[in-house]
Amino acid sequence: MTQTRQYCTFRLDRYLFGVEVEQVQEVLRYMDMTCVPLASQAVKGLINLRGQIVPALDLRRMFQLEARAEDQRPMNVVLLTADGVVSLLVDEIGEVMEVQEADFEPKPETLRGVARDLVAGVFKLPGQLLLVLDTARAVDVNAVAEIGSGTQLKGVAK
Amino acid sequence: MDMDNPEEMDELINEFLIESYENLDRLDQELVELEKDPSNAVSMASVFRTIHTIKGTAGFFGFTRLGAVTHVGEHLLSRLRDGELHLTAEIASALLALVDAVRQMLSVIESTHKEDAAEYTDLIDLLSRLSAKHAANIAPPPAQELATQAPLTSAPAVQVEAAKPIPATPAVTPALATGLAGKSAVSSMTSAAAPVGQADTGKSSVAAENNIRVGVGVLDKLMNLVGELVLARNQVLQFTMHEDAAFAATSHRLNLVTAELQESVMKTRMQPIGSIWSKFPRVIRDLATQCGKQVELLMEGNETELDRTIIEAIKDPLTHLIRNSVDHGIELPELRKAAGKSPCGRIRMRAYHEGGQVNIEISDDGGGIPVERVKQKAIEKGVLTAEQGARMSEREAFHLIFLPGFSTAEKLTNVSGRGVGMDVVKTNIERIGGSVDVYSRFGQSTDIRIKIPLTLAIVPGLIVTCGGDRYVIPQASLLELVRLEHDKVGERVEQIHGATVYRLRGNLLPIVYLERILELTSRQRSACEALNVVVLQAGEQSFGLVVDEVNDTEEIVVKALAKQLKGVGVFAGATIRGDGKVALILDVPGVAQRAEVFSSTRIQSIAPTATREAATAQAQELLLFACGEQGRMALPLNAVARLEEIPRAQVERLGSQEVMQYRGQIVPLVFLSKLLFKEAAPVSTAAALQVVVCSHAERLVGLVVDNIFDIVHEAVVVRREGGRVGVTGSVVIQGRVTELLDIEAAVRLAQIEAPWAKAVA
Repeated sequence: MTQTRQYCTFRLDRYLFGVEVEQVQEVLRYMDMTCVPLASQAVKGLINLRGQIVPALDLRRMFQLEARAEDQRPMNVVLLTADGVVSLLVDEIGEVMEVQEADFEPKPETLRGVARDLVAGVFKLPGQLLLVLDTARAVDVNAVAEIGSGTQLKGVAK
Repeated sequence: MDMDNPEEMDELINEFLIESYENLDRLDQELVELEKDPSNAVSMASVFRTIHTIKGTAGFFGFTRLGAVTHVGEHLLSRLRDGELHLTAEIASALLALVDAVRQMLSVIESTHKEDAAEYTDLIDLLSRLSAKHAANIAPPPAQELATQAPLTSAPAVQVEAAKPIPATPAVTPALATGLAGKSAVSSMTSAAAPVGQADTGKSSVAAENNIRVGVGVLDKLMNLVGELVLARNQVLQFTMHEDAAFAATSHRLNLVTAELQESVMKTRMQPIGSIWSKFPRVIRDLATQCGKQVELLMEGNETELDRTIIEAIKDPLTHLIRNSVDHGIELPELRKAAGKSPCGRIRMRAYHEGGQVNIEISDDGGGIPVERVKQKAIEKGVLTAEQGARMSEREAFHLIFLPGFSTAEKLTNVSGRGVGMDVVKTNIERIGGSVDVYSRFGQSTDIRIKIPLTLAIVPGLIVTCGGDRYVIPQASLLELVRLEHDKVGERVEQIHGATVYRLRGNLLPIVYLERILELTSRQRSACEALNVVVLQAGEQSFGLVVDEVNDTEEIVVKALAKQLKGVGVFAGATIRGDGKVALILDVPGVAQRAEVFSSTRIQSIAPTATREAATAQAQELLLFACGEQGRMALPLNAVARLEEIPRAQVERLGSQEVMQYRGQIVPLVFLSKLLFKEAAPVSTAAALQVVVCSHAERLVGLVVDNIFDIVHEAVVVRREGGRVGVTGSVVIQGRVTELLDIEAAVRLAQIEAPWAKAVA
């Protein structure tokens, strides 16, 4: 009998991502935000989360994926991190999945660039891969900005 | 009480610690006072009581080492009190060392709930040796006896001070008071009526009834909640426009109550600045002794109150500044005598409220800042070119000491090097929205002036729009609002080569466009579009910030920015507005710095650490003007006070000197073309004269030029040294050879003799 773990999943472009349920404070539909001039590319804006000002980070920009279509409104995966509450902007919220630890594999050696830095590992699910987001790295936008360009997500896409 | 209950014991120990820390803080100050005036029986009694209380309680808890150290200290104090010994500097130092040791022991007890292993034998030896002097044959009295002796000294103090009861008086136990004869017994009875059985706590029961201790965490939470309430109130007020009268009345009431609550909660967090100043007499005394100097400290405005977060933030910078004053400001006594000053240096600290801000001044009558050496040092370090140094005003030069790693101290002491850490002082003060300025007269004095906001949590702000988004400007930085209608824009805003200035009542005000600062995709501004200019103060300088719209003022709750946005630099925080939207709060000094409005910030940006191109490094603002038929000249804009156009008829004569009246002053005029080109003064082709009013050596002089072309922001390379008097050299600006005017030489050449108006700063 192997251990199971729960992941909150979401879609970004063609990929399925997951964040451990314990780290997620809540998931929300699109929220209005105030953009922050001069800030890092990854910071899409600030949202008012019941009186708390929370930065919204655009995962598409961080993974150097194409920008979302104008009419496609991102959703918020709100994380509770050591540095406070942060929202990740994703394309679509998925279900909470229960996965077997036995299916976990560390990130492939072939993974390069931004993806290597932001993906902690992969769960091999039937028919698709679940990429585990390294949330600690993801919210550290200043460090992410330093990583060279050139996305290599293709290596793990099906 | 249940001694076996560990929780109860912990609580008791905690109480003991809090009280002892408070008493020890007071002790530092009292000992320094006692050293100045050893006959001050009140201070002596209070010092004695504190040590005695700690000793007694230490015995109760079984802290034997703490008991031993305080016991010898108490013995020494009793000898002093009884007049058997005189308080010398040596004894005062030993007693201060005792205070430090006790503090150290208490902090160990605080963290481990056990006693320190250190024995402090050296200190005990020193204290007993000092108390044994002169009267070696008197054995230290046992602790029991001391306990009853303790309040004796307080009695005479009561007699002296009976008119206004002071905290020291309650220590008198009624038993002793009745033991005293006649009048003194009565007076001590009246003033000491309450504290029966409280002698050892040193606390008046009246104070205890009216005050309660509240944890800082509770106050912080209250403040946060009030912040939320203010936001909710702002939101509610937005609905009142359309609703019925009853709702309007209710929200009005909510508005008032919120405002009052906010103020009251804010008050609970206020602490007098004296709570950090009280440590300074001790710091100065120790430092002065160490440096062999005599220093007197005067403090004014101890009771000036500030929010506790601000108090915390300014503690270190202030300590640093006064250490600097003692170490580098105040000279050695012999030097002071030689300079005709009193051998005892004087440091004055003053705090006062002014316009919603707190001003703190630290002045010393020491050697001042040697401007030339500061400049020299900056040139050596490559922070400044020799030419920039020569042109730099005194005040700008003083600001050089705030550059990182800048020190002119000839010898580095273990205390501080003048300038080492001054950058940290500046950064820390600016971080809380304050500013720091320095003035100095070489050989005479140095004044450091700090301005800080009262509180950081809730501030009034001006809402402006730029690029479709709302931004908040803290009102503390706001000087005035100017709206320039389109017909005035072309006339009064001169906007060439990116450096824009506006003539505001004759002053040249640098203009900064917010949309450019924020790198927003700016729409094309037509040259004569109306401008909304928000005139702001950053440090001692002002500049105009152009925004799309000026909206409203609002009380805003400042929220810190997330870590992801800390590096941006132009935002001080964010807030939630009445409509629920997030708005960014502009950091005015940050905006000024980004815009490179001021020459001093420009210098900072070319410090070796900053990686900037050499070309921009030397960029400066120059005023271009015509002089004579062909002459094209420039002078640094920072030397220019105002640009004026005066009718020729206003030129008057004072002896052989042409002068004009200017703001009630007589300002000499120098006709530059006549002076430098030996041309006749321009014949009346124009009825008006173009006058560049310059401030030179604290005086005003009017340079009459033939035409004013431009203001340029350019990197200049001086091609050669000036071939003639009055010219520093020549540069190429806008593809044309331009001569740089040497104002000083020109003024000298003009031989102005008439009484000369002092410049208004």
